[in-house]
Amino acid sequence: MYAYDELDRTLLHERVEEFRDQVKRRLSGELTEDEFKILRLQNGVYLQLHAYMFRVAIPYGTLSSKQLRALAHVARRYDRGYGHFTTRQNIQFNWIKLAELPDALADLAEVGIHAMQTSGNNMRNVTSDQWAGVAPGEVEDPRIWSELLRQHTTLHPEFSFLPRKFKIAITASEHDRAAIKIHDIGLRLHKNADGETGFEVLVGGGLGRTPFIAKTIKPFVHGRDILSYVEAILRVYNQYGRRDNIYKARIKILVHELGIEKFGKEVEEEWQQLRDSALTLDDAAIEEVRSRFSYPAYEKLPHMPDELKQAAHDPVFERWRKNSVFPHKVQGYSIVTLSLKPVGGPPGDATAEQMDVIADLADRYSFGEIRVGHEQNLALPHVAKRDLPALWKALDKAGLATPNVNLVSDIIACPGLDYCSLANARSIPIAQELTRRFANHDTAGLIGRLHINISGCINACGHHHVGHIGILGVEKNGEEFYQITIGGRADESAALGTLIGPSVPYAEVADVVEDIVEAYLALRDSPDELFIDTVKRLGVEPFRERVYATR
Amino acid sequence: MTSPLEQKKIRITGPSVVTANRTRDGVVIYRTAQQGWSAQLADAAIVRTSDDARALLAEAVADDVGAIGAYIAPVEIKDNGVIAPGNLREHIRSEGLTIELPVSA
Ligand code: HEM
Ligand code: SF4
Repeated sequence: MYAYDELDRTLLHERVEEFRDQVKRRLSGELTEDEFKILRLQNGVYLQLHAYMFRVAIPYGTLSSKQLRALAHVARRYDRGYGHFTTRQNIQFNWIKLAELPDALADLAEVGIHAMQTSGNNMRNVTSDQWAGVAPGEVEDPRIWSELLRQHTTLHPEFSFLPRKFKIAITASEHDRAAIKIHDIGLRLHKNADGETGFEVLVGGGLGRTPFIAKTIKPFVHGRDILSYVEAILRVYNQYGRRDNIYKARIKILVHELGIEKFGKEVEEEWQQLRDSALTLDDAAIEEVRSRFSYPAYEKLPHMPDELKQAAHDPVFERWRKNSVFPHKVQGYSIVTLSLKPVGGPPGDATAEQMDVIADLADRYSFGEIRVGHEQNLALPHVAKRDLPALWKALDKAGLATPNVNLVSDIIACPGLDYCSLANARSIPIAQELTRRFANHDTAGLIGRLHINISGCINACGHHHVGHIGILGVEKNGEEFYQITIGGRADESAALGTLIGPSVPYAEVADVVEDIVEAYLALRDSPDELFIDTVKRLGVEPFRERVYATR
Repeated sequence: MTSPLEQKKIRITGPSVVTANRTRDGVVIYRTAQQGWSAQLADAAIVRTSDDARALLAEAVADDVGAIGAYIAPVEIKDNGVIAPGNLREHIRSEGLTIELPVSA
């Protein structure tokens, strides 16, 4: 966990009071909507179809049980009893009343969470691997660096009025769980030949109307230089980024138009001015942040405790364990993913009761800590293996043990037309129907790893471009239609999917997806070949032939 | 979306209403014929010409304190006189989500 200091707390409270005053002036008519809009966006407040939406940041996806209870309280007291975990380590509340927002913010500030920079053209929540600090083989805890960047960029005047929003993600593992290649800046922590810790810096990734996979701008930037290097990128962006055209304003367009070499040269020049400035991190500064992350006092535990051996006789437990329990860096412990994708449910939603249950279970079994991942699931990062059977029973009771992590029904979906004012088409009911079609866990297990991502419009909040199967809502003559792509992925081998054929109406989407999955089962060269690998080996054509032959 | 300039270009092709969200709590509201707002589509003032639509919208936009994001939305008048939303988006705004809200088991 990370311990906030007095400065953070003072800042949060001042910020809440400032916003309280702004809301008051808005409601009395002293501020017009035009004047107020930028202020509310700076505090994470959007307008959706039915109500205001309130987005709260979960820095690097780490929550304490106390913080999760505060989120449950906000859901219950100010909203309709649930929240939606997003793909960027945020939570959204869909029914917040403007008049009550300052109170909700004040309640969250009590536990050190806030909504600053969760919307608007500024530096957004710096996200990280949800297994940070516990994943085996990690170079070091990437959250230390997320935090250093967070401190540097929060409310930084130079980064508060960027040409467009700006998103950074950090990973420190071989396997990228933070989707760094679809971020404005992606940082991969690694060690160079001299054993020094630093970053491969990637730039210009992003989804939306014009998707790009990020390119490497510099293979190694020493940790102490990361602030100055990121600042150099931001300065070049601030100077040349298109402010005249919202569709061309993201850094990905600039990188694409200049080319990575030219862009890299500009950044290098800027960096030479900056690198030996106050932005250089000395060891003490890094140590200071490092020391604020505390790790549990792990016990010395056996690799295979008796409790686990016994529980292994229960096939239902085993199915869940094989699906949702992952290796931990400390012997005798596991990382447990909690699926927020129940069959027939909206992906990523959790009720206030579920949040409270998870907080209690975290206290009991995970040293009071919870993680949020970009796949819209949660995780308990430090579970002793002997506790797995008991934890499973409790999770199952709360509807949080669906054994579908990374399987076909573990769908990423944006709110779509049921909530979002920008949507062309609905996302959630499509996801729900798909989870019903693939409800049989044995079949899902047979199919293996398969990520379906759904967005209700080209803004791509549901990451459809990088879904193994991507589904994008479009509008055709006032009807909901969906374009379907295959072959996208968001990990270290990130790629954009390819369109498989003409768009299909709402009622046919689930059929088409079933046909794609059937085609895969027929085409794969062995049960070990994942969907994504079959698409890579054969290309889209054999899928297109099979799926569209009868349409 | 709410720019009055943009709205001026709007030509309606069928019966329409003016809708917005209530500033205080975001609730979907409709402009009534009595210079007020209602949360019920049934209470909405129906306009049938572009001039009337623009006038109703101008009146709605003028209430910057009470409502945000006012715009003109199509409706359908059923044979029995019932006002129905003119497209799926407006249907969802007026009737609510097409899915069930998550509730605790
Ligand atoms: C009121 C609801 C929302 C609105 C108005 C909204 C708006 C947008 C817009 C306009 C973009 C495109 C930005 C660009 O291309 O420059 C975008 C991208 C994105 N949003 Fe949302 N969004 C909403 C909800 C969500 C939710 C629920 C999630 C997560 C489930 C999310 C995550 C993202 C992500 C990951 C991207 C694409 C990555 C990128 O920035 O290129 N957003 N959003
Ligand atoms: S992808 Fe489009 S429909 Fe979905 S949440 Fe983002 S803006 Fe809304």
